[in-house]
Amino acid sequence: MHLPEPCGPVSARVVEILSAQRAPMSADILAGGSVLTDRDAQLALWTAYEMVYRGFDDVDPCLEWDADLIGLRRLIEDRFECELRAVTADRVAEALARGGEVGDLVLGLVADDEGPHLSSYLRRDATTDQMCDYLRERSVQQLKESDPQAFLLPRLQGRAKVALAELQYDEFGAGDPSRLHQDLYARTLRATGLDPAYGAYISEVSALSLASANVMSLFGLNRRLVAAGAGHFAAFEASSSVPSRRVAAGLARLGLAPAADYFEEHVEADAVHEQIAARDICGSLVRDDPSLLGEVVFGVACALHLDALAGAELLSRWERIDARAARSEAS
Amino acid sequence: MSRTVQVQPCPRGPVLVRGAEVVVDEDGAQHPVTRPVVALCVCRRSSRKPWCDGTHKAIRDDLR
Repeated sequence: MHLPEPCGPVSARVVEILSAQRAPMSADILAGGSVLTDRDAQLALWTAYEMVYRGFDDVDPCLEWDADLIGLRRLIEDRFECELRAVTADRVAEALARGGEVGDLVLGLVADDEGPHLSSYLRRDATTDQMCDYLRERSVQQLKESDPQAFLLPRLQGRAKVALAELQYDEFGAGDPSRLHQDLYARTLRATGLDPAYGAYISEVSALSLASANVMSLFGLNRRLVAAGAGHFAAFEASSSVPSRRVAAGLARLGLAPAADYFEEHVEADAVHEQIAARDICGSLVRDDPSLLGEVVFGVACALHLDALAGAELLSRWERIDARAARSEAS
Repeated sequence: MSRTVQVQPCPRGPVLVRGAEVVVDEDGAQHPVTRPVVALCVCRRSSRKPWCDGTHKAIRDDLR
């Protein structure tokens, strides 16, 4: 994989830093407005984070800890985190007021979420092009599925650590390389005629798809956000089992059953993982330190918020395309 | 050699089982355990019995 083509001043700056063509950094490089939907900022953050994961063929790996790169990363992270805290504040406050056992609280928040029904649409109505669009957008996070959460492990202790390790053992194939979940996703891409290479669609996916992947790295790579990372992970797992069943059915409906293996696996796997993540990881964390409850719930709320935005984005994109097609048919 | 099978009921959810090799259902059918922890359906609505598929979440509290 090579460095992506920049699409604005922030991603150009990250690429410039990684290409060792330095100029002094300016704090006002970021545009105003939402960072969640700012593709330039999210691509910049994704590219900066990628130095911690697989890097780029054309970049010196020593730049992983380059001070300029980390400085710019923190600049974007600050804005990203502030915005996430602002947009989730009400949901977090309501959940904390509701109280109750942590596992129940986390799973209840996910169950009560009234997001757009992207997976129902994929099951019943999506065309092959729309299904592929969905698979492409999600590839940014699924091809490194569970990698960001691996950074949580050394930051947890006791039962929470044991539970995360148990869950991740399953994510990473449970001893069988052919069951590694991120590779199952690559096989899904291949089976639908898409490019299974890591990073293949970076230049095409939306800001929100990048943000959905980046939030996991934000929580995984900043130790102070470990509880938010646990909450996010639990919500992510808890909003996967039923939607995975729908996506698998949608793929079968489109004659793409061979691509459904990844989703079939997640029906049963995530029915287990959501319980472990909510009760054993989040539950143990908060039992050991009750002050972490707010951060766990913040992580849950971030996952729900981004999932709702990303789902709504795809549904409205397809609605626009359908409307345009209908208009051109009528004319 | 003795084996330990650990059973963890989840409130309003499945039963997590660790350490089992095979689950035998009420009809005597054998279901090999292929992951480190499995979730057994207790709401009886799963499409993947004996395994949980998350369907219990769609059941209203008063019908549980």
